[in-house]
Amino acid sequence: MRIPVSALIGMALTAAFVLAGIFAPWIAPYPLDSAVGKVWEGSSSQFWLGTDTIGRDIVSRLIYGGRVTIFVALVSSMLSFSMGAFFGFLAATRGGWIDTLLSRLVDLMMAVPSLIVALVVLSVLPLNLIVLILVMGILDSTRVFRLSRAVAVDIAVMDYVEAAKLRGEKQSWIIFREILPNALTPLVAEFGMRFIFAVLFISTLSFLGLGIQPPLTDWGGMVRENKDGLVYGKAAALMPAAAIAVLAISVNLVADWILSRTSSLKGGRGG
Amino acid sequence: MVIHPILKLVVQRIVLGLILLLAVSFVIFLGVQILPGDAAQAILGQSATPEALANLRSQLGLNEPALVRYFTWLGHALHGDLGKALTNGQDISHDIGQRLGNTLFLAVCAGVIAVPLAITLGLIAARYNGRWPDKLISGVTLATISLPEFVAAYFVIFLLTQVVHLFQPVSMVFPGMSFFAKLHAVALPVIVLVMVVLAHMMRMTRAAILNVMQSAYIETAELKGLSPMQVIWRPALPNAIAPIISVVVINMAYLVVGVVVVEVVFSYNALGQYLVDHVAKRDLPVVQAVGIIFAAVYIGLNILADLIGIISNPRLRHPK
Amino acid sequence: MVDHRAADVLQIKNLRIEATAYPPGEPPRHLVLVDGVSVSLAKGRVLGLIGESGAGKSTIGLAAMSYGRGGVRLSGGEVLLNGRDIRTANAQGLRALRGREVTYVAQSAAAAFNPAKRLMEQVIETALLHKVMPRAEAEARAVELFRKLGLPNPESFGNRYPHQVSGGQLQRAMTAMALCPKPDLVIFDEPTTALDVTTQIDVLAAIKEAIHDTGVAAIYITHDLAVVAQVADDIMVLRHGKTVEYGTTDHIINTPSEAYTQALVSVRSIDHTEKTATTPVLRAEAITARYRGTDFDVLKNVTVDVAAGQTLAIVGESGSGKSTLARVITGLLPAAAGRIDFAGRQLSPDLANRSKDDLRELQMIYQMADTAMNPRQTVGTIIGRPLEFYFGLKGAEKRARIQDLLDQIEMGKGFENRYPAELSGGQKQRVCIARALAAKPRLIICDEVTSALDPLVADGILKLLLDLQAKEGVAYLFITHDLATVKAIADKIAVMYRGQVVRYGQKSEVLAPPFDDYTDLLLSSVPEMKLGWLESVLASRKMESAGN
Repeated sequence: MRIPVSALIGMALTAAFVLAGIFAPWIAPYPLDSAVGKVWEGSSSQFWLGTDTIGRDIVSRLIYGGRVTIFVALVSSMLSFSMGAFFGFLAATRGGWIDTLLSRLVDLMMAVPSLIVALVVLSVLPLNLIVLILVMGILDSTRVFRLSRAVAVDIAVMDYVEAAKLRGEKQSWIIFREILPNALTPLVAEFGMRFIFAVLFISTLSFLGLGIQPPLTDWGGMVRENKDGLVYGKAAALMPAAAIAVLAISVNLVADWILSRTSSLKGGRGG
Repeated sequence: MVIHPILKLVVQRIVLGLILLLAVSFVIFLGVQILPGDAAQAILGQSATPEALANLRSQLGLNEPALVRYFTWLGHALHGDLGKALTNGQDISHDIGQRLGNTLFLAVCAGVIAVPLAITLGLIAARYNGRWPDKLISGVTLATISLPEFVAAYFVIFLLTQVVHLFQPVSMVFPGMSFFAKLHAVALPVIVLVMVVLAHMMRMTRAAILNVMQSAYIETAELKGLSPMQVIWRPALPNAIAPIISVVVINMAYLVVGVVVVEVVFSYNALGQYLVDHVAKRDLPVVQAVGIIFAAVYIGLNILADLIGIISNPRLRHPK
Repeated sequence: MVDHRAADVLQIKNLRIEATAYPPGEPPRHLVLVDGVSVSLAKGRVLGLIGESGAGKSTIGLAAMSYGRGGVRLSGGEVLLNGRDIRTANAQGLRALRGREVTYVAQSAAAAFNPAKRLMEQVIETALLHKVMPRAEAEARAVELFRKLGLPNPESFGNRYPHQVSGGQLQRAMTAMALCPKPDLVIFDEPTTALDVTTQIDVLAAIKEAIHDTGVAAIYITHDLAVVAQVADDIMVLRHGKTVEYGTTDHIINTPSEAYTQALVSVRSIDHTEKTATTPVLRAEAITARYRGTDFDVLKNVTVDVAAGQTLAIVGESGSGKSTLARVITGLLPAAAGRIDFAGRQLSPDLANRSKDDLRELQMIYQMADTAMNPRQTVGTIIGRPLEFYFGLKGAEKRARIQDLLDQIEMGKGFENRYPAELSGGQKQRVCIARALAAKPRLIICDEVTSALDPLVADGILKLLLDLQAKEGVAYLFITHDLATVKAIADKIAVMYRGQVVRYGQKSEVLAPPFDDYTDLLLSSVPEMKLGWLESVLASRKMESAGN
């Protein structure tokens, strides 16, 4: 198997971000929250990417901020993924009223853009990590639900699934041995997409001031803190913005490659 | 009288859409009620005394059953009365009326540029499927899709205000401004919105065209001796037009989200900014009202896309 | 060999066709699809191209229009159309002759017509595009062709949209579209393959007559030698992109010289003498069934039984309810009324309420072996699962039994660890048979198990099934639309039509006159491997086919 260069780059960068997040306290040159320099210093050997709106080291805050962004996005995408896949498979294999109920519920949730729903909900709930993760996870599970239901429905009508039913296999065998192995590749690619979406979602919320609250910070929040500097030509806000972009594109490259492998499994023209 | 089946479908779809909108308004209204904490708590904060809370609750009508409050609110809303803001007591309908025009101006400007551009690029990418123009366009759009709206916005701002001094980084639009002054003022936010919508729209247009180009009837046309342009005009376009229009309409929905963020970025005084401000202030009546307006636009666009799909299907237009 | 003449409409000399495949994650693969094929075709003559899937017959047909699908290159030789070499012609030159001098009839007319335009517009489009005749004349000619091809209401037929007419009618409309611009050559690419057998014969006759009346040259591509024998003057037998044999139809059918051609001619002539009826292992009595949410009976009062160790064939066209009967017997679709007795006990109508032994003794083999096996399981897992599930076999014992079964289906060693994608079509169906056998069943339901296979491979499967029946004493309920298969395997036959059994009995009774109208139509519609069959059948038919 040959992995294309783009996917390799994507994997390497994603891994680098994750490792930097995990080992943040050992890697970051300065603490998260202390003003170690002057306001909006340029790049120097002391502060590689300069300092921020109150003189904190941007590299250190990027590392710590990435930790929060990746953590929140990962947990919420894991939540959305497991919820969506569970209910999607349930709906596809059980059918009947369970399917109808779940599908209509998801239709209702998806009738309004997630960001608008999140804003409405966050106007009532307290802004903390758990609430954010739950809100993002539940809202986004609708997309995973639709995909995994569709994939499972496609597979459930295959003759080999019918053959297993005729053999007398239990529901658990049919789901875990017949359907899941064949649904795995599109779902793995989808996990990448959900993770990106969660990164964008939490960054947007933080940017709007409705996400991660100080003293914690994440990349979206860092853009918000430093955005006024742009008017004076200070590029501090662009660093976290670039970090978001690079992470999202890296994961996208990997997911794209996995997806292209899935579609090619079906490929080939007869005759 | 025989009712044309397509008319039946169209009416069905519109009624379904209205029911959906009603359901959404109900969920937004009630969802906000059943979540822990209520408007009184939100206004007075966690440290409020129980007496103060109780007073405010009865003042706000929070002691009535939720269903009663919903229908009271719905009745008023249908007459154009969305209530008063908690924070400053301003009439919400009036505030929305002032800002709606600005939001629409922004969205329409973005749409007018993005739609033809997206379709043209989509056509080019599909025409050169797999060759370098396709790869270039697809690569660039993949990158834009990977960016949140505000990230794209700040790169554009930095580029066009700092590197090249073309625009002001803040977009102020106020009554009495000339049309061209307004256009100049919204140029930056429009560029950002176009970037965001364009990428999605172009990718879906490309997919829709490729899907049609792979049909057997395209091969039939080639084997009839039609030139590439004739193939596009005769069998391809009539069949691709419906999916393309549907793609365009669906992507207008991205504008709904895009507008909210972009307005905040550019401190553009319109609905999105208004919504975000009042979420932070926990002003529930405002959030509900604006949320439902955004939802209505979004649902309306989706119904429109479905209707176009129904009307353009020859199987439905000419039943057996 | 057939002579090459200067007046030929089409001459193909030493044609070589290549393609490059790009399997993802692997280096590109170079393929030679057609090699060293030469053909010549005079005005008014019909050439039949015959071969299994992958023989290159469609590729050669399209090469006559100098067209290669998806990256296929005509890399060597000459393609002379009316004396000019078109293989190397430029795009503009090709456009001028495609649709003017040579036209094409596709296998699936339903996909080949533009769904957004009326049929008339599409039928006359080529004539107008190439300025062959003015619009009024083209429309008159189209109506005339509709009439000649036996389409209903020829005057107004062209006003319809493709989705408003049946598959058989669309195939005729496509023939009209190909003939309308008065071409010199028409390529027919499996034009009747997708049709029901009783519809096929009418379309075939219509095409043959239209070719004859207009005097065009034609290439007729098919995998069915009996079909091509009815329309072609000459036949070329192809295999793996090379010519096996090329000669007059009479020569190919009656005195073939190559072993492969002989095998094709004698295919489906398995000799199977029916056994005398014994006690039934399965009896389905007065079965009535409908799908959930509908109020239409797909099966009406169906009664059949299968004798132990023998074969009941259920014959019918699409929509006859034959596959529904299989779903009712397996319990996937509980019957609305009626009872099923199996091996001396009454079966619950619903799958969920059947015992493990009920399930084990009643096995099923599917039409598409591709979708009947989990692509993520190895052959060993696929065959091993019933052993484990029903008999609790494990380890060495299970492996020995798997090898046993593989030997039984004549596949031998080395297949246990392969995945379905690594097997040929015939091998896949054999593995499915082994999976069914592993359960030691009393009855196997075979649902069109040979329809998706090439004729020679299908023959092998039928022989294997007969052998296994002789050795294991298993009974088959064999569902098929193909009467030749029925003759080869059945002891007893039930003919189904619109949800009912219209004729039922021992094979010798069912296939002997006097016939009811439908059985007569069905029997007479199966192409026979002899010249002049089509004409003799059409002269003696009692009933119109269902497709009209």
